Amino acid sequence: MSFLEVENLTLRIARGPRILRAVSLGVDQGEVRGLVGESGAGKSMIGKAILGTLPRAIQVVSGRISLDGTDLQTLPARERRRRIGAQVALIPQDPLTALNPVRRVGPQITNRLVDILGWDRSRAEARARELLDEVHIPDPDRVMRSYPHELSGGMRQRILIASAFAAEPKLIIADEPTTALDVTVQKQILRLIKEMQDRHNTALLFVTHDLGVVSKICQSLTVLYAGKVIEDTDTRSFFAAPGHPYSQALLHATPKYTDPEDSLTPVPQHVIDAVEAEVTDFDKGLGA
Amino acid sequence: MPFLRTILARLAATLVTLFGAAVIVFVVIRVVPGNPIAMMLPPGATEDDIARLQALYGLDKSIFEQFVIWLGGVVRGDFGTSISLRQPVLNLVLGRLPATLELSIMALVIAVFIGGAMALTGTLRRDTRTEAAIDVTSGMALSVPDFLWGLILILLFGVLWPVFHISGRVSPSLDFDFQTQFYLFESVLRLRFDVWADLVSHMFMPSLALAIPLAAIISQLLKQSLKETMHLDYVTLARTKGYSEASVITREALPNAVLPTLTLIGVQFTFLIGGTVIIERLFSYEGLGNMAIDAVINRDLPLIQGIVILFALLFTVVNLVVDMTYAALNPRLRHA
Ligand SMILES: Nc1ncnc2c1ncn2[C@@H]1O[C@H](COP(=O)(O)OP(=O)(O)O)[C@@H](O)[C@H]1O
Ligand SMILES: [Mg+2]
Repeated sequence: MSFLEVENLTLRIARGPRILRAVSLGVDQGEVRGLVGESGAGKSMIGKAILGTLPRAIQVVSGRISLDGTDLQTLPARERRRRIGAQVALIPQDPLTALNPVRRVGPQITNRLVDILGWDRSRAEARARELLDEVHIPDPDRVMRSYPHELSGGMRQRILIASAFAAEPKLIIADEPTTALDVTVQKQILRLIKEMQDRHNTALLFVTHDLGVVSKICQSLTVLYAGKVIEDTDTRSFFAAPGHPYSQALLHATPKYTDPEDSLTPVPQHVIDAVEAEVTDFDKGLGA
Repeated sequence: MPFLRTILARLAATLVTLFGAAVIVFVVIRVVPGNPIAMMLPPGATEDDIARLQALYGLDKSIFEQFVIWLGGVVRGDFGTSISLRQPVLNLVLGRLPATLELSIMALVIAVFIGGAMALTGTLRRDTRTEAAIDVTSGMALSVPDFLWGLILILLFGVLWPVFHISGRVSPSLDFDFQTQFYLFESVLRLRFDVWADLVSHMFMPSLALAIPLAAIISQLLKQSLKETMHLDYVTLARTKGYSEASVITREALPNAVLPTLTLIGVQFTFLIGGTVIIERLFSYEGLGNMAIDAVINRDLPLIQGIVILFALLFTVVNLVVDMTYAALNPRLRHA
């Protein structure tokens, strides 16, 4: 059994369509799993469901999410929040909006340690300095005294990565952590996340729409379409031979994996029709 | 030195504002009918008596000449002599200012507490009946002006359930020798909590009447701002760290949500200070506002001028304090 287990998770917009359709996936200690799909496929919703930050309009219809064998639903709300805070961390998509603009950077790294985990302040600050060093930020003391607006986007993402690893979480959820950054910085940040994951042997659920990134850092991947798992496999066999026509088409739509002579082929209509039919069949099976 | 330039520019703007206010009152109160001298003399006074006194107060000169004389005095710190009270205007006005300041600040504190609590509760319970109830309450509070709240409070706590004093600032029976005009402040400093309780009992209703509309505005503006902030990424990130919803609101959202509401609350606070004129009258509270009404009734031109200038000065000071607070709370401005 993996550290994170999501089983048959179905979400819907209240009195509206389904957002996730019986999604199951697991991520084990030390494993990096890619979560792939087009924009709107429901990738972020899976992360939010795990972290307990689903928008109010979204209802959990059914399913289980467990951390280390504990079904989160069985815990009282307070304990659930604390448990998630202690064991799971998020590396957000946009570093420019993910830091509180009126607070200094230092407390934003140490606050989980001090307020949630009860560390004393000086120990937490020492830990923050150590982490900033790990994410290759020179002069940690100056950075900790800075306000977010004084730092670049790449710098802020490094800080958010440091903050995510602060409490030695068992699981990190990275939601497209490089899409908001300059192309030149993207590679560095990607390498840094992988480096940190290796060092701390964390389970990492890496949300992306870029199969190129998956091939670089993931051992396994889950392909999502319209909130339904299309394929769940290990990276090697996926890139050798995707099991599902939609996955194949997705692969062909990714620059690196097509012949440079060949212009990019968008996912063909008949593949979309076929996968849409699968989704409709699924919904019919549930009587909706 | 952009900072120094800002300060100088503000100072210049303040002086222009005050000068403008002075010109307007000066002209208006001399154009409206009513002769201050005739009003202070007994009915049998002759035309000669009136003319003699008018000359004494300089009221026989042209408005322009009077203004120049008055302005010359002001520059030397002399705001003239009150016609009805026959004392220097500056002493009279400064003597009453503390009473009005204490009342206004008490009202502001009450409004911030009530309005802040409503905004925080409404955000915590957003999209529920509690939030709807808070919206209805603040809507009602806003649709009734402060002096009507004063009357309602008098009926409630002065007549039906008489627990608070209806009039005055302090009980005359109280044997206490105040050294300053800041009664409330002084009673705390001298640890006389019996005196403090008596003062608060007098100030409770007028300050609450002033506070209710402001509390409603704070509740609405701050709640709106908080609810917008609750969707932002750093708030969500704090939630994933294990904070309760209440801590997320007070620790992460509030410091940001306060900023855009601050300026509007500052403007509303100057309206509140304006409201003291009628509220002080209603509760016979011996402050500037009450004195202003007497001054108008008596056509006491120098006193009216002095009070108006002081109110105008008060408003500009409030705006300055708001701007400085905004800059102090906003790191993006502090380091600019
Ligand atoms: N706050 C919300 N309320 C209702 N529906 C939402 C909300 N946020 C996202 N959705 C819908 O949920 C679906 C999945 O969104 P998301 O998980 O963000 O996709 P992505 O795979 O791009 O991360 C989308 O169809 C989106 O329209
Ligand atoms: Mg997303």
